[in-house]
Amino acid sequence: MNLLVVANHDGQQVDRASLSAVEFARQASGKDGLVQILLLGHQIDAVAEKAAHYAPVLCADHEILGEPLADRFAVIIAHAAKTSGTDIVVAASGSWAHDIVGRAAGLLGGTMVGNVTGHQILDGEILFQRLLYAGTVTATVALRKYPGVVTMRGSAYPIASKNPKPFPVTAVDLTNMEISVRGSYQGLEARSGDRPDPADARVIVSGGYAFKTAEDFERLVGGLADILGAAAGASRALVNVGGAPSEIQIGLTGKVVTPELYLALGISGSIQHLAGMRNSQVIAAVNTDPNAPIFKAADYGLIGDVYQVIPELIEILSS
Amino acid sequence: MKILVPIRSVLDTDQKIQISPDGSLDDRDLRYDINPFDAVALEEALQIRESFGQGEVVCAAVGSDDLETQLRTALAMGADRALLANTDSQVDHWSTAVVLQKIVESELPGLILVGERTAEDDSDMVGVFLAALLDWPQATFASQITVLDNKVQVGRETDSGIETITLPMPSVVTCGLRLNKPRYASFRGQMKARSIPIECVSLDDLRSDLEPRVETLNLKLERSKRDCVFVESAEELLRFLRFDAKVLE
Repeated sequence: MNLLVVANHDGQQVDRASLSAVEFARQASGKDGLVQILLLGHQIDAVAEKAAHYAPVLCADHEILGEPLADRFAVIIAHAAKTSGTDIVVAASGSWAHDIVGRAAGLLGGTMVGNVTGHQILDGEILFQRLLYAGTVTATVALRKYPGVVTMRGSAYPIASKNPKPFPVTAVDLTNMEISVRGSYQGLEARSGDRPDPADARVIVSGGYAFKTAEDFERLVGGLADILGAAAGASRALVNVGGAPSEIQIGLTGKVVTPELYLALGISGSIQHLAGMRNSQVIAAVNTDPNAPIFKAADYGLIGDVYQVIPELIEILSS
Repeated sequence: MKILVPIRSVLDTDQKIQISPDGSLDDRDLRYDINPFDAVALEEALQIRESFGQGEVVCAAVGSDDLETQLRTALAMGADRALLANTDSQVDHWSTAVVLQKIVESELPGLILVGERTAEDDSDMVGVFLAALLDWPQATFASQITVLDNKVQVGRETDSGIETITLPMPSVVTCGLRLNKPRYASFRGQMKARSIPIECVSLDDLRSDLEPRVETLNLKLERSKRDCVFVESAEELLRFLRFDAKVLE
């Protein structure tokens, strides 16, 4: 089976979650299958050079791809998938892929499985697992038409190993393609700080309504996250009162995460929140209320006040 | 301007989900609601109509007769018309988009507002499939929408922050929950909704496009409860995470 990984990048390098998608593609491709990486953007030679250490790279470099507008990208992705004999287009779950690769799936005939958490190969057929109903149910699904498009949760697969010798980089020929340039891009109000994205972090430190101000959240949750090299997360209750930025909201209506360790600090554990983190490998919770529902979803619990417990954790970890 | 708002019904996820022995969903006693993301899209459409003092908001649903309930709610909230493309066969995200494309081609809206995803299966394909089928520009995950002359400016909630783009119309915008808080249907609205007929859309010439793209083979309940080990101090918590769970160094 041939797989084409559409990799997201920041102009410098491919993101970690896309490298996990490469790992999935290697596992799924089988003996005779081909794994290729598709890069899109403008002036991306440096990214392509680094990405070539993971798989052969198809590089679509064009001025109009400097602006992240989905219709331009999707046309090229669909074209590359058709001309490269791709069976499955793969990308890491996230707002970028679900905008751009999702549209490409529409152009390719509508076979798409999003937010995959695992796969298996049964009698030569590839089956995918994904979560439904607020993370309470796992569905096993199969593709019925090809090519298909699949997005993987970054934390579901390890990062692909690097090949010391680079694979070739081939330019995608865009000369005869009709790409309509519509819409314009005004810019990005960037997320503050340089912590990892919760969607593909190994450890997430997450705070809830117990934090009284955004400063307290940053000092305590942010401080602990930085010592652990972890991502920071927040519950909807805290985001709604302005205690944390909305991009890091974990839950049914925010991000769904499955890190190795999820630290829930001052989070009561509403269904809305549990939906976003209940399938983490290990969950530890700190809360003043011993009856808080979060403890039913946790492996380790500490009944206590986050304003007291977090400084203690920070002190022990820094010494 | 005419705004089209697709309406989908989803299981209210606050309910306890049961799986039958054959691996399918046991939904005998479960309650279905209007998809919360679609309710936000409808509210946004109503607010745009109100701010311009003119325009038409048309809701459309694809699926079984039961969807009449959700369409009645949409009418009671203030939608002008409701269309139902009625089918008893299983409708997935692709077939929903294919049917909506047909509706768009006869209704010719200037803007389509659709919920960014469906709550029950965390899938966000219908809006982008529809945009691809129509070859219209798209803005996904909107947290702010401003309609200008023949253009729409959208603040998009992305993983790296708020991105702002401007699109010509017609276009498709998928709506996130931060856009607004949907209104409740007033008693007057409910009375008025009763007098509006739900219009039927024929699916006759679409059969072959509606074959399922993805098949669900079975469902399995995830572990819902864990046995929590209570520790006494911050120091003990770290010890357990290091030596028992082995998730910290």
